[in-house]
Amino acid sequence: MLETIVVPLAKIVVLLNAVLVAVTFLVLMERKVIAWAQSRLGPMRVGPYGILQAIADPIKLILKEDITPRKADKYVFTLAPIMSLVPALVVFAVVPFGPDPFYYLSDINVGLLFIISVTSIGVYGIILGGWASNSKYPLLASLRASAQLISYEIAVTMTLVSVILTTGTLSLVGIVEAQREGGLWFAFVQPVALMLVFIGGLAETNRAPFDLPEAETELTGGFHTEYSGMRFSLFFLAEYANMIVISAIVVIMFFGGWLQPFPNVPALAFLGFVPPWIWFIGKIFLFLYVFIWIRATLPRYRYDQLMALGWKVLIPVAIGNLVVTGILKVAL
Amino acid sequence: MGLIDHRFEDNFITTNLDRVLNWARQSSLWPMGFGLACCAIEMIATSTSRYDIARFGAEVFRASPRQSDLMIVAGTVTKKMAPVLRRLYDQMPEPKWVISMGSCSNAGGPFPTYSVLQGVDKIVPVDVYVSGCPPRPEALLYGLMRLQDKIRKENTILRKERVIMAGQTEPVIVEDRG
Repeated sequence: MLETIVVPLAKIVVLLNAVLVAVTFLVLMERKVIAWAQSRLGPMRVGPYGILQAIADPIKLILKEDITPRKADKYVFTLAPIMSLVPALVVFAVVPFGPDPFYYLSDINVGLLFIISVTSIGVYGIILGGWASNSKYPLLASLRASAQLISYEIAVTMTLVSVILTTGTLSLVGIVEAQREGGLWFAFVQPVALMLVFIGGLAETNRAPFDLPEAETELTGGFHTEYSGMRFSLFFLAEYANMIVISAIVVIMFFGGWLQPFPNVPALAFLGFVPPWIWFIGKIFLFLYVFIWIRATLPRYRYDQLMALGWKVLIPVAIGNLVVTGILKVAL
Repeated sequence: MGLIDHRFEDNFITTNLDRVLNWARQSSLWPMGFGLACCAIEMIATSTSRYDIARFGAEVFRASPRQSDLMIVAGTVTKKMAPVLRRLYDQMPEPKWVISMGSCSNAGGPFPTYSVLQGVDKIVPVDVYVSGCPPRPEALLYGLMRLQDKIRKENTILRKERVIMAGQTEPVIVEDRG
């Protein structure tokens, strides 16, 4: 009873709240980092250095009027933000924050497959949201989102297969353990795969420079044009939760998860005094920073450039990487 | 909203909650990315690094009226643009505020002609008027701070009539051909 119900439920509550709080502060972090990149100050008046901005925005969004357009498909219009947010949160069920079972909810032996399939469901929320709005710009944006996700999902999945070839396991804990035994993060073993997964991750989370589904210059607000108040903020939450998910995948697959840097070098063993979950979260935030840095730096891709990059560059490179990995695996 | 708006008597809990809600509203005023004429250039300059409207938490210029709280009417409102402006205002969810920026939208400015609306307050309720032709970014920021003062004094859940300080003079009938 205690082990099967109470403990997992307590973990779920803690994890869910941690993720949602992290998301609200991630929005603040994005605003501050972009402001600094543009030599501005960012939010300053709301609390010390604008920290309370992360609390003021959600309160305001909850209080806003919730509009459903008269010609929208009401059930699907309500369902879409939920379908977008739930997969982004469900993924955390298999993300290991540390080596012991205490630090993760479950370690299933198809963990990576689970993540890939569940994150792909998230795009249904975007498509349905654009469709149910019964408005031209959201519809165009959702079509773009589906095309974009299909193009980049292939490259990312094929790249992850090459990592699975190296480790021989689909379990996320097993992948990190393989990096500890090898004494080397997979970023050094599979650098091409790292680049592919990160670029594909940018595209799958609809972040700049691949934020075509919410291109404000062409499509008003993108797929969430007709959404206001809390439903809009659910889409917002889902996007940022997906950023955390992609960062977590990149950290687990290529940067040793909860491991300290160079786990097998005795001279660096003193780094072990930092708890593993702090290493993990620190690395995740490093990648979130890179996400924001890229958004502050790069302009948006044109649509045909996006498709050309996906189909003509990323997928051939992913196949090549897979073939080379397979050959090396057999030869060595 | 509507379930708890203006439904409660004054007491310790409701007044404090009211204060928190007003604080949240004044701290995250997301303007609509909507410029009409030369004032829009000054509005854009307000969000750049020299003036930085982001300090007030108001740099999130939303492209969709459904997600904005504040409409900055920046520039000359022609009679052709007036129905569009009114429609955008109607599309914004409550609570919403309007800043009239510059002489043109305040009172027609230097265009007392047949084609220009003599003041945007003929079609939408205006909360703050910012004078200038065009107003400097500091003036817009000052207008934003006055709007924040105004929001702080509003009653969100307390039982009182919401004060609309708009100069609602004669209502102009605007044909909506959309």
